[in-house]
Amino acid sequence: MRAHPGLTAEATDEVLELRPSGSWVSLNVAELESLTSSAGTKIGNAKAVKLNLGAVNEIDTVGAWLLEKLSRRAAAGGRRIEMTGVAENYIGLVEEVRQVNRREIEPAPKQNPVVAKLADLGRSTLGAAQDVTVFLDMLAALSFALLRTLRRPRSLRVTSLVYQMYRIGWQAIPIVVLITFLIGAIIGQQGIFHFRRFGAESYVVDMVGILVLRELGVLIVAIMVAGRSGSAYTAEIGSMKMREEIDALVTMGLDPVEVLILPRIVALVLTLPILAFIGSVAALYGGGLVAQLYGGMGPAIFIARLHEAISVTHFEVGMLKAPFMALVIGIVACSEGLRVKGSAESLGQQTTTSVVKSIFLVIVLDGLFAVFFASIGM
Amino acid sequence: MDDLKMSSAIRVTNLVVGFGRQVVLNELSLDVRRGEILGLVGASGGGKSVLMRTIIGLIPRRSGTIEVMGVPLDGAEERATQAAATSWGILFQQGALFSSLTVKQNVQFPLRENLQMSQSLMDEIAIAKLEMVGLRAEDGDKFPAELSGGMTKRAALARALALDPAIVFLDEPTSGLDPISAGDFDALIKTLQQTLGLTVFMVTHDLASLNTVCDRVAALADGKIVAIGPMSDLLRSEHPWVNAYFHGKRSQMLQPKES
Repeated sequence: MRAHPGLTAEATDEVLELRPSGSWVSLNVAELESLTSSAGTKIGNAKAVKLNLGAVNEIDTVGAWLLEKLSRRAAAGGRRIEMTGVAENYIGLVEEVRQVNRREIEPAPKQNPVVAKLADLGRSTLGAAQDVTVFLDMLAALSFALLRTLRRPRSLRVTSLVYQMYRIGWQAIPIVVLITFLIGAIIGQQGIFHFRRFGAESYVVDMVGILVLRELGVLIVAIMVAGRSGSAYTAEIGSMKMREEIDALVTMGLDPVEVLILPRIVALVLTLPILAFIGSVAALYGGGLVAQLYGGMGPAIFIARLHEAISVTHFEVGMLKAPFMALVIGIVACSEGLRVKGSAESLGQQTTTSVVKSIFLVIVLDGLFAVFFASIGM
Repeated sequence: MDDLKMSSAIRVTNLVVGFGRQVVLNELSLDVRRGEILGLVGASGGGKSVLMRTIIGLIPRRSGTIEVMGVPLDGAEERATQAAATSWGILFQQGALFSSLTVKQNVQFPLRENLQMSQSLMDEIAIAKLEMVGLRAEDGDKFPAELSGGMTKRAALARALALDPAIVFLDEPTSGLDPISAGDFDALIKTLQQTLGLTVFMVTHDLASLNTVCDRVAALADGKIVAIGPMSDLLRSEHPWVNAYFHGKRSQMLQPKES
C-alpha cells in the first residue's frame, strides 16, 4: 500500500506538467517538503502549470496542503493552473484544503525593544504594588469576616476549623519534632566544638537556649508550615477556583472568605504557636542530648545552666511572633490561591509564588520583630 | 481494495472488562465498518465510556480481542498500541486540551511528536485543521481557558484530526452544547467524515445526532450489545431497554403527536 512519494516535472513549451506519485501522507512529510520546494523553483517562466494527481495512490491533509501551496505559488505569478486526475475518494479532501489558509492573519504589531523593556519594568512595578493591595484586601476581608463571626459565634465553622487544625497541626508534629530536634543538636555540636577552644563549653547552653527560644524555633517551624500547609492551601483554593466551586459558593449567598479562608487562617494562627512550642522543646532536647554525648555535660547541669541562662522573656519573644507569622502565611497562601486562572500551569505557578513569598515575608517579619523587641528592651 | 473496504475498522470479540467483583462488559462483541459513523447508546454508568476507553487502551481487559484496522491490539505489546494510536484520534468529553498550551500548539502537539516537519508547515497545517473544524486562524493563539464550550469541542476535534487518523472516537461530542451548536457540530462531523473518509465511533445520548448523522446505532445493555443496525431498526427493536430508550417520555416529546 505505502509507496515512495515522487514528483516529476516536465516542461513542454511554456507548460509545466507536475506529476506527483506514491504516498502523499504525513509519514513522508520530510520528503514531501523537499520535493515540493524543489518543484517550486522549476515553475520559473512557465505560463501554465498542469498538476496531474493520477499517480498518487494515497493522500492526506498534509500532502494535499503541500500540493495546494505549490499551485498557489504558481498562481501567484498569474499562471493558469489545472488540476487533474484526483481520485474520487480524495476529491472532498482536496477541495476542502483549497478553502483553508486563504485569509491573511494580521501580524501582531512589533514593539520597539526599549519600549518593551520599559513596559516590562512598569508592569512588574505595578505588579509589586498590586501584591501589597492584594495582601491588604485579604486582610480587610478577613477582618470583616472575623467581626461578623464574632457577632454571630454560631456561624463559625467549627468542623472545618478542627479539621484544619488536625491537618496542619497534629499531622505535622512528627516532621516538626524531627527537624527541630536535628537543628538543636547541630547548634549544640557546633557550639561545643568552637567554644571548647576558649574553655567556654558551658556557654553552649546559653547559645542553644536563647537562639532556639527567641529565633530559630519559631522561624524554622514557620518556614516548614509555609512549605507544608501554605502550599496546600494555595493548591486547594486554586483548584476550587478553577472548577468554579468558589463561584458556586458566591451564588449561594455565602462569602468564600468566611467559609473557606477564615477557618484555615484561624486554624493556622492557633496551631503555629503550639507547633513552635513543641519544636522549641524538641530543639532544646536535641541540644541537651548532644551536650551530654559530645560535650560530657550531664542533664542536671544542662537544666541548671538553662535556668540561669534564659528567662521567660526569651520564651515570650519567640511565642509572640508565632501568630503573626501564621497570619502572614495564611493570607499569602489564600490570596495566591484566589489568583489562580484556568490553566494547570497557573496553579503550579501560584503555589510556587505562595511558598516563596510567605517564606520571604516570614523572614522579613522576624527581622522587624528583632528591631521592635530590641527597642522596647525585651 | 474492495475487500479492504468491506473489512471492519474495529473488531471487538468476546470482550470482558470488570473492576474488582463487578463485571462491566460481559462477552461483548462489536464490529465497526470502515467509513461508517457508529453511534453507541447505553444507560448512564452502563459501560459506554468503559468500552471506548478499553478499545483505545486506557482500561485493561480481562479477556477478549480487539482489532483496529486489522491489527490486533495486544495489551502486552505496547508498540502495537503506539502504532495504532497514530491511526485514531480521540475527542474527550471535556475536550482534554492541554491547558498550558495555546490552541494552535495543542493541534501541533501530535504533529511535533510523531513527524518531522518544519515549523512553518506545522503552523499552516494547524491553521488548516482549525479552519476545517470551523474555527478562525486567530483562535489558534488563544488558551483553552478562553474558549467557549462549543469552541473547546471544535479545537479538541482539530487536535484529534491532527494526524489524519482513520478512526475518530467521540465521547459525547454534543453534550453541553445548545441545540443549534450541537446541530452544527453534527453537520461538521458528517462533512469531515465524508471529506476525510473517516470511521467515526461516537458515544452519545443525543437522539437528534443519532437520527441525523449515525449510519448505524449500537445499544449497550447488561454489558452486551443488545441491538445494532440503522436507526429505523432500533426503533422497531423488541428489547425492553432499547424500547424504553427510544420510546420513553423524553423521546416521545421529539416526535410529532399523532392524532
